[in-house]
Amino acid sequence: MAAEQGKVDPMHQFTIEPLFGTDHWSIAGYSIPFTNSALWMALTTAVLLLFVVGGMKRELVPGRWQMAVEGFTGFIDNLLAANIGPAGKKYVPYIFSLFMFILFANLLGLLPLMLVGVHPFTPTSHFTVTGVLAIMSFAIVLIVGFARHGLHFFSLFVPHGTPWWLLWLIPIIELISFLVRPFSLALRLFVAMMAGHVLLEVLSSFVIDSANSGALWGTVVGLPSFLLMIAICALELLVAGIQAYVFALLTSLYLNDAENLH
Amino acid sequence: MPQISQLAATYASQIFWMLAFFGFIYFVIGRGMVPKVMATVEARDKQIADDLAAADAARAAADAEEEAWRTADNARRAEAQAVIAKAKADAAAASEKRLAAAATVVDGRLAEADARIAAARDGALGEIETVASEAAAAIAQRVAGLSVDAKAANAAVKEAFHG
Repeated sequence: MAAEQGKVDPMHQFTIEPLFGTDHWSIAGYSIPFTNSALWMALTTAVLLLFVVGGMKRELVPGRWQMAVEGFTGFIDNLLAANIGPAGKKYVPYIFSLFMFILFANLLGLLPLMLVGVHPFTPTSHFTVTGVLAIMSFAIVLIVGFARHGLHFFSLFVPHGTPWWLLWLIPIIELISFLVRPFSLALRLFVAMMAGHVLLEVLSSFVIDSANSGALWGTVVGLPSFLLMIAICALELLVAGIQAYVFALLTSLYLNDAENLH
Repeated sequence: MPQISQLAATYASQIFWMLAFFGFIYFVIGRGMVPKVMATVEARDKQIADDLAAADAARAAADAEEEAWRTADNARRAEAQAVIAKAKADAAAASEKRLAAAATVVDGRLAEADARIAAARDGALGEIETVASEAAAAIAQRVAGLSVDAKAANAAVKEAFHG
């Protein structure tokens, strides 16, 4: 994957570069420099804060911005009401934060900021970041599940209608599928974001290299690649939304297990 | 793949900053601002529902008002019709009475006139009888030389007239 051929390394965009705090910022011996990844998380937070603050005018007749913010909160509210029921209301802040952070991080990472010389970075293309989100969701499911149902929560591993002679197998399968949840949550988002960015980078390297090697190759290879890039950019915008939605949806489904058991 | 090759060097920083920023988003935006936004939506929905209910009540009241007005109007109309009918009947009775009075007057006058005509005719008949008896007496004197007194002549003429 290294840059043997020189010009474009599609993995370079995921490199974490410490910006400051490298030498002395640490907690309990762990070095926590402020990196470009942290910078883009901060940008995501700032944009999200601006977005929600813009919708806080609390007018009776909402403007466009307020409508947009209320649309998102209403969307999350409906999602939780549909998947968990009335008990889902209390998870709106968490699911909203999750959904909006992932959505905004995905979208900000897609901005064509290289045109002005800034290298965009997508925190959600790192499993250290998506892993934190997935483990948080999983931990909330465990805490809520055991707090509400105690040891009865283990009956989650015995679905309704399990024949008695399969009781030795089904719980094991259910336990494995339950334990896989945080990994699938984290890896799905990380892989989807990374794959899209790598694809765009590879196609852009096709465009640049073919254009550099002459008009013929530029037309035969570069132009179709460029058209494909445009289409894939649109697809990536869609994926950015879908992955945020999937993360929020699956978290709410898992919360439903914890809240309502069966 | 930097995600793996840089893992050992960066995981602490990634996890720390992720938790820091997500914590900020959760506590400030998620818990602080989202409930207010949703409260605004709820207040609006409630206001809309209340307004709709008020409008519905107002429409029901208007319907009832119109119904009451219609009933009152119908009653008034019926009353007016009754008054008109009574006036018509009264007028008809009055005119009938006046017509009857006029008829009696006219009848009286007719009877009087008839009586006058009858009297005149009787007078005229009497005169004719007198003239006829005188003429008969004169004729009898001239033709037969008989002297018939007026009384006999009169009786004879009366007999001849009435057969």
